[in-house]
Amino acid sequence: MKAKIVIIPKKAVVDPQGKTVQRALEHMGFKGIKAVHVGKYLEIDIDGDEQNVRTQIDDACKKLLSNPVIEDYWFELK
Amino acid sequence: MHVIKTVLGQNCRYIWHAEKDVGNLDVIILPGGFSYGDYLRTGAIARFSPVMQEVIRFADNGGLVIGICNGFQILCEAGLLPGALVRNRSVQFRCEHVFLKTLNYNTPFTCKIPKHKPLRIPIAHGEGCYYADQQTIENLKMNGQILWQYVDCSGQLTEAANPNGSLENIAGICNKSKNVVGLMPHPERASEEILGSTDGRYIFESIIAWIGSRQPAAV
Repeated sequence: MKAKIVIIPKKAVVDPQGKTVQRALEHMGFKGIKAVHVGKYLEIDIDGDEQNVRTQIDDACKKLLSNPVIEDYWFELK
Repeated sequence: MHVIKTVLGQNCRYIWHAEKDVGNLDVIILPGGFSYGDYLRTGAIARFSPVMQEVIRFADNGGLVIGICNGFQILCEAGLLPGALVRNRSVQFRCEHVFLKTLNYNTPFTCKIPKHKPLRIPIAHGEGCYYADQQTIENLKMNGQILWQYVDCSGQLTEAANPNGSLENIAGICNKSKNVVGLMPHPERASEEILGSTDGRYIFESIIAWIGSRQPAAV
């Protein structure tokens, strides 16, 4: 099984990377961009039944993969 | 190590990251240094080094812990200090001398700092922007936990003096019990005349004086 995890900065946290990428895109001529947020994407190959894997990945996101003070996360299992 | 041992003449030793019993110590210093390549987040992986369990135990028992730069980031990740350090608002790595205003002189880390003297100490970081939610910031203020703020050379709190976009110009904070402190500037790089400033020594001298005044005397 594969866990696909996305971690993004919380909306309340200033995201200078996102702002910088947004400005670059605008300079290149891309129109209508309202906001860019730069986060992280992780893939974890893992064995086990779905419920157990879901619990473990959620735990890993809370404890290590994301920092709840500054980041939100979500994931899907495939 | 050089500053503590050679400049200040104190006993000290390195602690290996895999140590599980640090023994009898007065203070633990977590230095800077991009541990684990800053992978995932600054301090995120170091926070789970085997020795960190011992650091947490030491801090919970009232031991003095000071985290400098990456050490500050590790202490936040470990939950020993509130908040987090994120990318500098300028997205630049900033390496320069800054001035710090001390807000609370009544801690083991600040008791020997001359009153109203801005400290000139260097920073060197890309992710030193202190962030915490509004309630946490209010609590820090209320409990006197904000120890240092970035100011200009005349001691004024300005936006231009803030090198990384930290909320409230925060450069360093402590926990509620005042025995765990973290700061982004490097006092160990401002402890000898040849390096352009000795203001960093006030912080180490505070710790030494505080330990010396403790009863019973520490080993």
